[in-house]
Amino acid sequence: MSGRVLVGVKRVIDYAVKIRVKPDNTGVVTDGVKHSMNPFCEIAVEEAVKLKEKKLIKEVVAVSCGPQQSQETIRTALAMGADRGIHVDVSGKDYENLGPLQVSKILAALAKQEDAQLILLGKQAIDDDCNQTGQMTAALLDWPQGTFASEVSLEGDKINLVREIDGGLEHIKINTPAVITADLRLNTPRYATLPNIMDSLMNNETELHKPNHRTSLCVGLIPLFETVAPEDMQGGTDRSGAMLRHTVLQSGLGLHTRSLVVFSIGIGKNKTKLGTV
Amino acid sequence: MFPASRYSCQARRCVRLLQKIKTEHATPQLYTTLHRRACSTVSTPRITTHYTIHPRDKDPRWEGVEMERFADEADVVIVGGGPAGLAAAIRLKQLANKHEKELRVCVVEKAPQIGAHTLSGACLEPSALTELIPDWKERGAPLNTPVTEDVFSILTEKYRIPVPMMPGLPMQNHGNYIVRMGNLVRWLGEQAEEVGVELYPGYAAAEVLFHEDGSVKGIATNDVGIAKDGSPKDIFERGMELHAKVTLFGEGCHGHLAKQLYKKFNLRENCEPQTYAIGLKELWMIDEKKWRPGRVEHSVGWPLDRNTYGGSFLYHLNEGEPLVALGFVVGLDYTNPYLSPFREFQRWKHHPFVAPTLEGGQRIAYGARALNEGGFQSIPKLTFPGGLLIGCSPGFMNVPKIKGTHTAMKSGMLAAEAIFPKLTAETLDSETAGLHVPEYAENLKNSWVWKELYAVRNIRPSFHNYFGLYGGMIYTGIFYWIFRGKEPWTLKHCGTDANQLKPAKECTPIEYPKPDGKISFDLLSSVALSGTNHEGDQPPHLTLKDDSIPVARNLGIYDGPEQRFCPAGVYEYVPLDTGDGMRLQINAQNCVHCKTCDIKDPSQNINWVVPEGGGGPAYNGM
Repeated sequence: MSGRVLVGVKRVIDYAVKIRVKPDNTGVVTDGVKHSMNPFCEIAVEEAVKLKEKKLIKEVVAVSCGPQQSQETIRTALAMGADRGIHVDVSGKDYENLGPLQVSKILAALAKQEDAQLILLGKQAIDDDCNQTGQMTAALLDWPQGTFASEVSLEGDKINLVREIDGGLEHIKINTPAVITADLRLNTPRYATLPNIMDSLMNNETELHKPNHRTSLCVGLIPLFETVAPEDMQGGTDRSGAMLRHTVLQSGLGLHTRSLVVFSIGIGKNKTKLGTV
Repeated sequence: MFPASRYSCQARRCVRLLQKIKTEHATPQLYTTLHRRACSTVSTPRITTHYTIHPRDKDPRWEGVEMERFADEADVVIVGGGPAGLAAAIRLKQLANKHEKELRVCVVEKAPQIGAHTLSGACLEPSALTELIPDWKERGAPLNTPVTEDVFSILTEKYRIPVPMMPGLPMQNHGNYIVRMGNLVRWLGEQAEEVGVELYPGYAAAEVLFHEDGSVKGIATNDVGIAKDGSPKDIFERGMELHAKVTLFGEGCHGHLAKQLYKKFNLRENCEPQTYAIGLKELWMIDEKKWRPGRVEHSVGWPLDRNTYGGSFLYHLNEGEPLVALGFVVGLDYTNPYLSPFREFQRWKHHPFVAPTLEGGQRIAYGARALNEGGFQSIPKLTFPGGLLIGCSPGFMNVPKIKGTHTAMKSGMLAAEAIFPKLTAETLDSETAGLHVPEYAENLKNSWVWKELYAVRNIRPSFHNYFGLYGGMIYTGIFYWIFRGKEPWTLKHCGTDANQLKPAKECTPIEYPKPDGKISFDLLSSVALSGTNHEGDQPPHLTLKDDSIPVARNLGIYDGPEQRFCPAGVYEYVPLDTGDGMRLQINAQNCVHCKTCDIKDPSQNINWVVPEGGGGPAYNGM
């Protein structure tokens, strides 16, 4: 058992900032807007550091996928107590197409590379609210998953987890290696204090990885989504599933995975639920 | 001839009887209401829990808590990452790199990223920037909008009187650039990092540290993890101490550490008290047809009366999209406690000269900040053992030009140039452990900053006459435009802004129109746009020296002016849960760090201290 934990941290727009849609309707304004670490990722980092302090694991590695600025997020994780950081450099158009599927492929590849025993993630990111990365990573690695964890305890090479589910609390026991996603009540994250930030700045503990065909992180960053402004859609036209399937295939989005996606578009009162693609 | 003593004796007895009846029957209600209103002091809910008012060494909840602080040494620590602080840092490192000396320069800034707490009009005079970084254009400084048109008006309720903008008038803007100051400060931060300055945004300087001989040793950053009631949380951690040979304080207008330093070192004994104004600003994305990039509009007059100093600005930016920066400034020496600067701003936008520009547009940002208006007369002593004051903190703003950034940057550069030889000298030439650098004040007196401020020193005080605004404009026309400020006398200000308020019963409430949601807006939606937020579970950083004074004095005499002058809705007088009377509710999370309450509180009871670093507004290029 290597005792290594991978913690995923995502740089998102700060939760208190008012979001503004870009004038060309292709996304939200991010330039110069205050960003910070996803709150659920902070909880995940705190849990990892707590486990290290209890001496149940040996090393905490913080991973972030994104442009240059993601290094600030990794630095915050290092200041909170992580030992090492890995920055997977994805910028520009690739970054716009980066979604849970690609991130989970990167995490899976890194987990194998680093021989990780545990992957701790936040349950979802506050910018896209996907709630998919943890689950997809576990499936790709064929590892057990404990999602929405509100209590985690290690017992030998098994993990006791309490999950927050719709019906209440669920107690499960899973084997390691595993993927755990953190929910709100798991812990209260500590502050990244100045001496620790200074340390993490001095000791550049962050490795840089670029995903391309030359490295082991061969991940296809193919666009899976196209954002269309509501004005482009005419109200009142037939919005059946078949029609949508046709439009998607026509636009050549080239879906490479058999993904189960349910669309629901609401235009005023015409809220139609369209089947799967 | 009346038997005076007998008659007056009877009369006196009657009067005494009447008085007794009056006090017993006629006024008991009035008396008790006043008494009750004032007497909610008896059961005043505790508002202030901050450790600066309730020290922790006497607090039983803090027994046994580890209070040791981690300390680090730097050569220079600069408090505040604004134009002055960053200019000083860059200049220091430029000199260090030129003379091949090692110098550790640390800048601490309370904003979560450099530029996030910066708010300014702004029309920048690039003189100081060109002196600091001569190739700023090649390096991509965000000065994209040279001024093309300059318009000045006096507004009345329905009409506009144009005032010709003649060369030589202080408001003339030829050669200047309209900038988004937050973006310029962010760019300065990047330049600073390139030359090797250590920037620490998100960490506020909360305390000044002193050597045994009384000189400044450095600063300590804020503690984190204190709960709202003042007790320590599990995640409590002490701040860090940063020791330096010399500390520069560039906190901007009315800095809270500077306030402490004025008292400790008596820096204000030979100057006038500083006077201020509040500036509120919005950014609007307007209809392309109305966009005239490079156009600068200023106005005075409506909606303020002639005795309230203030005016507006509207700048058309040229950064690829039809963006305008507009705002309103109100002098904080206003006398009517019913005046609300925020609502004057919203009202002004409906003027027939202004509203057409905004019709069809969308508001994308809002913010507010206090600014200096004291000018030359209010500059304090600038140096003390171990430290210096730079930028708007001592206050170098040229009030009629409404520009202070160029002088702030120049003061930062002069400070750096004065400190550098002392820092790198072979022997430490100082009587005190912290370096004393009086050469900085000398250099400043010999520079263009001093000459500029001297020439305009009488313009702002000239508004204190019966004709108010018009008297001031005539004075400016004669003594500045013609005589260039060379008159031998120096006019005085009226005293502190806090003392200017008249009691509420002497003033008439102002009827403000309701916001229409398209051009004018309500306070809370504006505050949401500023992106301000603070960690909820921390002691309110707007501390009251005495919790009972707001209701007793501010509400009792002045009808609670803080609920009107705060541009973020922090102060609210709400009815008590039980019984009659009101209490003050402080919504500290809304605070946009403008410092107006600390300035204008008529009882000077509010002491603004810095909250946990990283909190506050999230301005983006304001």
